[in-house]
Amino acid sequence: MARITAGVGSSHVPLLGVAVDQGKSNDDYFGPIFAGYEWTRQWEKEQKPDVIILVYNDHASAFDMKIVPTFAIGCGESYKPADEGWGPRQVPDVEGHPDLAWHIAQSLILDEFDMTIINEMDVDHGLTVPLSMMFGQPEAWPAKIIPLAVNVVTYPVPSGNRCWALGEAIKRAVESFPEDLNVQIWGTGGMSHQLQGKRAGLLNREWDNKFLDMLIGDTDAARWIPHIEYLRETGSEGIEMVMWLIMRGALGEKTRLLHRHYHIPCSNTAIGHIVLEPVEEETVPA
Amino acid sequence: MTIDKGAPAKAPLNIHEYLAEFDDIPGTRVYTAARARKGYHINQFAMSLMKAENRARFKADERAYLDEWKISEEAKQALLARDYNALLDMGGNVYFLSKLFSSDGLPFAEAVSTMTDMTWPEYRQMMLDGGRSPEGNRSIKENLAAAAARAQETGKDN
Ligand SMILES: [Fe+2]
Repeated sequence: MARITAGVGSSHVPLLGVAVDQGKSNDDYFGPIFAGYEWTRQWEKEQKPDVIILVYNDHASAFDMKIVPTFAIGCGESYKPADEGWGPRQVPDVEGHPDLAWHIAQSLILDEFDMTIINEMDVDHGLTVPLSMMFGQPEAWPAKIIPLAVNVVTYPVPSGNRCWALGEAIKRAVESFPEDLNVQIWGTGGMSHQLQGKRAGLLNREWDNKFLDMLIGDTDAARWIPHIEYLRETGSEGIEMVMWLIMRGALGEKTRLLHRHYHIPCSNTAIGHIVLEPVEEETVPA
Repeated sequence: MTIDKGAPAKAPLNIHEYLAEFDDIPGTRVYTAARARKGYHINQFAMSLMKAENRARFKADERAYLDEWKISEEAKQALLARDYNALLDMGGNVYFLSKLFSSDGLPFAEAVSTMTDMTWPEYRQMMLDGGRSPEGNRSIKENLAAAAARAQETGKDN
């Protein structure tokens, strides 16, 4: 059967993609950010995941205001990098895994998560920047990707609890897929940032690190954080962190920390990164 | 058949209270449904700048291009003036407005800085120094209460 073997959380600031594409990832500004991903790059080479369920949000690239799906899953064969106004990133196309994606979509709907299904779309920095952070600049991305797009722009966005529960349902869905597949789930976006209004530039190192702490071990406190707390404490765009809770929910009751990184600033944003693995409860022999 | 009940049931949020809290955050316009409705055509206009041919037409004659959209005169003036705070008030959203930043060739952070009280170099320095502190930036009501308490303290001292 397929299994979720690890979860990765990461910011997806577009400027990081620019740094990779223009060879600036070792300079004084970006060096300390990328250094914190070195561990993960090595680890991913060893892990060789078959499929990554990549939770992200579209930033007015594939979706405009005509249609705003709360949770949407990509079931297509492949996706092209989006043109976000300065030409598409020169990165490989993203290969999907339609068999597993359709299986997850059907399972989630039967599990009462009424997903929107996407067959064709372009994917923006929210999806391609984390791939660059974790895999560098390969000829082809080393894993199949199932995009899972979340509305975190138009309010109300889904609650933290709903995101966590979606993660739990994704875990059940993956584990009912008969083929042996090594599946990872990534939650992206955040951490603290505000890109609008007079309060723009707000960052909150202390809160962000408490949030990272809450993803580790057997606590599920993070699922109950209300939207207003993200807005007040982490800036209006910090709400993207609810996407990390889908990743965390999919790891089961307990996690172990493998790697963690935090850096301020990258442009307007606090960079956070975490790697977790599920801790399966020992089955006590009868 | 077993039924997984999932998380414990809890009372649904009161939508009016939920939305009212958003207005208590200093210097922030949360992109609510009301704003999304109001700013629909502003945001769809901005979205249209993703296409090179539209960008070219906009640059050739901004006013004429704006006149093709169902946008109020006030919003057209704000778009021509790149007054992003005014546009946020009219339901603009920064992810859409950013299409205008990039068609102007303005880096995202620099465009963001125009919405603050700072110049771009000052804003950039603030970010390098760790960003804007959440202290004093969480709640308008809290700030007013703190100011009132301070005023009373000063009153006592004098
Ligand atoms: Fe984002």
